[in-house]
This record gives sequence, structure tokens and C-alpha cells, in this order.
Amino acid sequence: MSTLFIQQVLNGLLDGVYYLLIALGLSLIFSLGGIVNLAHGAFYAVGAYLTVTLGPHIGFGGALVVSPLSVALLGIAFERGLFQRFYRSDPILSLLLTFGLAMVAEQTLRMIYGAPPRSFSIPDALRGQIFLGDFIYSKYRALLLLIAASCVGGLWFLLQKTAFGRVVRAGVQNPDMVGALGISLKPYMMAVAGIGIGLAGLAGVLLAPIYSIHPAMGQEIITPAFVVVVIGGLGSFWGVVVAALLVGVVKGITIGLGFTQWSTAVIYLMMLLVLLFRPRGLFGERIQRFE
Amino acid sequence: MSDFKLSNPRLSRRQALAGLGVAGAGFIASPSIILAQTPDAIRFGHLTPRTGFLGPLGEFAVQAVDLAVEEINAAGGIMGRKLEVLKEDSVNPQTASTKAERMVERDKVTCLLGEISSASCLTIAQVAQRTKTLFVNTGGNSDALRGESCNKYMFHIESQNSMYVKTCGRSLMSQGLVKGKKWFSLTADYAFGHDLLRVAKRFMESNGGQFAADKLIPTDATDFSAVLLEIRAAKPDLVISNLAGNQITNFLKQYAEFGLTFPVAGFGFDTALAWAAGKGNFGGVWPVVWHHLIDTPGTKKFVADFSKKYGKPPENQAWGDYNIVKIMAQSMNELKSTDTAKIMEHWEKGAKFDVLKTRPGFFRASDHQFMHEMYTITALPQAEVKNQYDIFTSSGPVPGPGEDLEVIATTKEENVCKMA
Repeated sequence: MSTLFIQQVLNGLLDGVYYLLIALGLSLIFSLGGIVNLAHGAFYAVGAYLTVTLGPHIGFGGALVVSPLSVALLGIAFERGLFQRFYRSDPILSLLLTFGLAMVAEQTLRMIYGAPPRSFSIPDALRGQIFLGDFIYSKYRALLLLIAASCVGGLWFLLQKTAFGRVVRAGVQNPDMVGALGISLKPYMMAVAGIGIGLAGLAGVLLAPIYSIHPAMGQEIITPAFVVVVIGGLGSFWGVVVAALLVGVVKGITIGLGFTQWSTAVIYLMMLLVLLFRPRGLFGERIQRFE
Repeated sequence: MSDFKLSNPRLSRRQALAGLGVAGAGFIASPSIILAQTPDAIRFGHLTPRTGFLGPLGEFAVQAVDLAVEEINAAGGIMGRKLEVLKEDSVNPQTASTKAERMVERDKVTCLLGEISSASCLTIAQVAQRTKTLFVNTGGNSDALRGESCNKYMFHIESQNSMYVKTCGRSLMSQGLVKGKKWFSLTADYAFGHDLLRVAKRFMESNGGQFAADKLIPTDATDFSAVLLEIRAAKPDLVISNLAGNQITNFLKQYAEFGLTFPVAGFGFDTALAWAAGKGNFGGVWPVVWHHLIDTPGTKKFVADFSKKYGKPPENQAWGDYNIVKIMAQSMNELKSTDTAKIMEHWEKGAKFDVLKTRPGFFRASDHQFMHEMYTITALPQAEVKNQYDIFTSSGPVPGPGEDLEVIATTKEENVCKMA
């Protein structure tokens, strides 16, 4: 195996982490509320555009805190105003709602900021590269990775080790039982929507310096994120994590073998195989109300 | 989730929201339907992508058309009649064709203008041929449109891929980056990219260069890190971009991020994408059909008027759409007719038009390609950049003052066009 091939696999693994920030939120909101949030990518775009707007005033560091929080609040507002009305209805309705929302959001960004992409650069202090033998990685991406990994770790801790997490996990499996115990899931839903959508906003901030910032950027990221959720399996935290890394690695291998043009197609092929042989995803749990 | 205490939505509020939503959707989706049509006006149809990955460029095209129409009407219109341009988002080749047909059949437009996507140009050209309507392509670059798919009713003010390649190629030759050099090329994996790669390869091979590698990049790929690792390992003499749309911005940003220092050049380019790359990220040598820093009175006036109206300078896509509306109006006024056959004859005879450059241009009869000067731009070092728009220096016009305008275009042997 050539060193370039190993580099590609490693790079793919790191790439997978970017999808995670989007995919985890998607999976959480679906598991608890049964809503397939097609507007999730739009919140990612809003996060990036907020960074472009706020960056010059409060710096990248400021935007890194303020943008995701603002997006999270926006998410809570949408959860209270719209999503919560659809928790008990036919999934097709919420699908239509969020699909429409995504379109309205994209066009709104186009009307406010114009169709041409907006510029935003890596802050000078974070520019530069890291060399590990032959492997080269940018300092900025290393930071990105660190932030993303801490968020994933933090979320895991929240869901697995706290009282909050226990209620959320119980709510995913059996909301009726949670209600019978006298716990209202309403504030938990709000919090989950806020966290999930806030993570999408955070991804928007983190990727703004290295990706093109344009009104349709949400569409670009939502599809691979969905693929990750489908491969990983609903309701499984580690399923989504493993799927994101797997998607990254398979992409890396494809490129490493010289088939760059197949690097996007291959993740859909993976999804197809998973749907054929494990329709619930690699680690999907059996969730009674979705069967 | 029966215990979920959901508040009962009040009907009136829901209705109000639904009403708002419908009204909002209508407002966003159908600006062209609301447009009142003046009975006596002369109408042009304009189609260009306004959403999707070419949408950013389409916005400049539409703004340029509006400016041209304003100026023409202020100067008395066409034969004393008002000019109206119907503008629609062409979306994709199928929709483009449907909309073109509707503009011709229902709205009775005298001609069709616009486009950026080569694939949509092809379907609009088919409508043009069937309905015997003149179509001028303002943004599709593919050589095939001027070759095997050429069409009696289709003209091209946008340059063909060969003109871009030969313009930039000259600059690369003078820097010694072709003969005996290894190129690493990245190509957008769709019709435009493939056509451009074919032309670029022909240029490279006939001038003694060779590929270190040649990679096709999916159009929806946003992350270039894997390709950057490959470039680093291949150690090429030159990195060539045959990319398109947002791909170019992503590539430039990440190339700077990874700190690679191999020279970069490209054969397809739009200024808006360089502006979007941001401070310290734009690099390399690129060909353009026109840019806002050209030192001619025509360009200065156009840039000033455009900047005043829209608060930003026009990018190169605006040039084609602005000029073709002007050329069409000028031709109709001179001929005192909107007759397609007369205009085509006028153009095929080599009528000359000022297009904001040092020399006037003309449509050559053999493939209807507009012959005009082009430019290569080179990124300024970061320290010399004074504002977000003036981020490059320009070559003089290509071809140079004493040269035939046709030297950068395809020869009859390179691109065979049999007009039906």
C-alpha cells in the first residue's frame, strides 16, 4: 500500500467528521419527533451567512459562539411554531413542510445576500499546515476536527450520562410511558431541536472559511448527511458516528484507488447496499412506533 | 405519542399562516408572470439559470439585461417602440426548452437570448431551429455548440472553449509552463468540463506538454482535500482547473488552505467566483471574455452605470448579456426591421459592433462565433490587493493589436460545423 493511499484513507476519516455535525442533529430530531427535517441544511447555510455578517464585527471567534446560538434559538422558534404541530401527523406532512421551508430559506438568503457566493477566509492566525511525515493537514482543519469531536463527545455524554439524556432516550423508545410517568416531553423536544439545529449552525460557521458560501449550500450538505443517517440507522448515536466515518473512509479509498469521479456516487451505492441488506441501518434500533 | 400535550392550533391562525405562505411562495416564484405586457412593445426572451450552481452568474446576466433595456428605452427604444425583455430562470435543459417554446409561441418574442449552461443552449437551439427564431448564446462555452451541434439560428457572443484555452495558453507558453512540463488537471465531470478537457488536451499535446494526472471531479463535490493530497504527491509543474461554478471557489479556498505552491491556471473562469474566494485565497492565471478593469471608455461607462445601479461592479457574465441586448437593438434600428432572416444576413455579412473593448467584434459566418478580444488575468499578491473587487492584473487584449481576431478561435479542421 502506498503512503498516498494511507493518506487518503486518513483524510477520508477526518472528512467524515464534518458530516457528523449535520447528521447527528437530523437523527436526533427524527428519532424523538418523527420529523424528517429537510430544512436542516438551510440552518447550516444560515450559520454560514451569519458568520459572514458578524465576522467583520465580532471576529471569527465571536461568530463561532454567537452564530450557532442564534441558529439554535431560531431552531427552537421553528420547533415551537411549526414542527410541534406535526409530531403526531402523517410523516408526509412534515416532509412537505420542511421541504418548503428549505426552499423559502434558500430564496430568502438569495434576496438578502444576492445570488453570487460571499467571501470569507480563514483568520490569519489559524492559517498554515501541519506535517506528519508525508501527511499534510491544515491547521484550521485540525481545529475544526477538535471542535467537532468535542461536540460529538459532549452530546454523547449528555445523552448517555445525564438525567436529560435518559428522558430523551426513553422518549425515543416509548413516549407514552414517559408521559405516564408524569414527564412532559415538550421541553425536551425544544432542547433537542435547539441542540440539533444549533449543531447545523456550528457546521455552517466551521465550514464557511473553506467552502463556497452561497444560497444553495444547504442542499449540498443535506443529501450526504441523510445518507449517513440512513446507513447508520435511526436512533443509534454510535450508528451515525460509525456511518459518518465509514462514508469518509470509503470515499478516501475510492479516491486513493484513482476513481475520483466515483467519490460521490460511491456513498449512494453504500446506502443502496445497506437498505437492501439491513433496512434499519447498520446499528438501527427497533423503534416500535416507526415499524 | 398520545400523552404529548400539544396545544390545539387555532384555525384562524393556521389559515393566516397558510395564506401568508401561499402569498410568499407566489411572490418568490413568479416575477415574470406578474410583468405587465405593453401591447405595442418589441419583446425579447431571456433565459438563464438563476438557481443551482450557475445561479450566482445568472444574477449578473439579468442585472445587465435590465440596465441595457433601460438605456435603450431612454434613447428612444427600437424603431420608436418600447423594448421589453421577458426573463425567466432556465433551471435545466428540459425546463429551458419548455420556457423557450412558450416565449416564442405565446409571448411572441422576436428573439431568444441568454444561457450559461451549454446543455441548456443545446435544447433552446432546437426550439430556435424548429420555430425559426434567432437565439444568441451569452454564456455556454462548449466547442460542440459551434461544431457538431451548430445551428443556423444560433449565434454565440460568449467565447468558445478553444478561445479560452488558446488565450490562457499563450500566457502559459510565455512563462514556459507548457513545453516539456507536467500538468495536473482537474475537470468538472459534466458536458462543459469534458469539452474543455478535450480542447485543453489538444492544446497541451500539440505544444509539447503532458499530463501528470487528469482527474474528473463530481459537480457536487465540495471538499478538495483528497485531490490536494494527490497534487502534492504528484509534484506537477502546473495545476490546471477545468472546473465550473462553485467548484472553482471551493478549490481556490482549499488550495490556499493547504499551502500548495505549484502554479495554478485555469481554462474556464468567472470573476464572481474569484471575488467569493476571499482575501489571500485567489491565485493563478485565468482567461476572461471581459473584466471590469479594462481601460476603454465603453467599459468605464458600463462599469460606472452598473456599479451605480447595483452597488457592485459587473462580472464577466454581465458583459455578454448587456452587449447582446444592445447589438440586437442596434441591428433592428439600423435594418428598420425585426425580421430574423434580415438580422441573420446582416450579421453573417460581418457587421461590426462595439463591445466595450479596443476593437469592434463581429460574428464569423462559418460557425456564428463572435470574434473579439479576450484577456488573461493574474491574481495580485495579497499585499497589493486594495479592495475586494480589484484583485487581479490584466494582460493586454488577446489577440494583440496587429493580429487577426480569428487566431485564438477554432480552425475549420478543429471544429467542423455544417449548418442545417
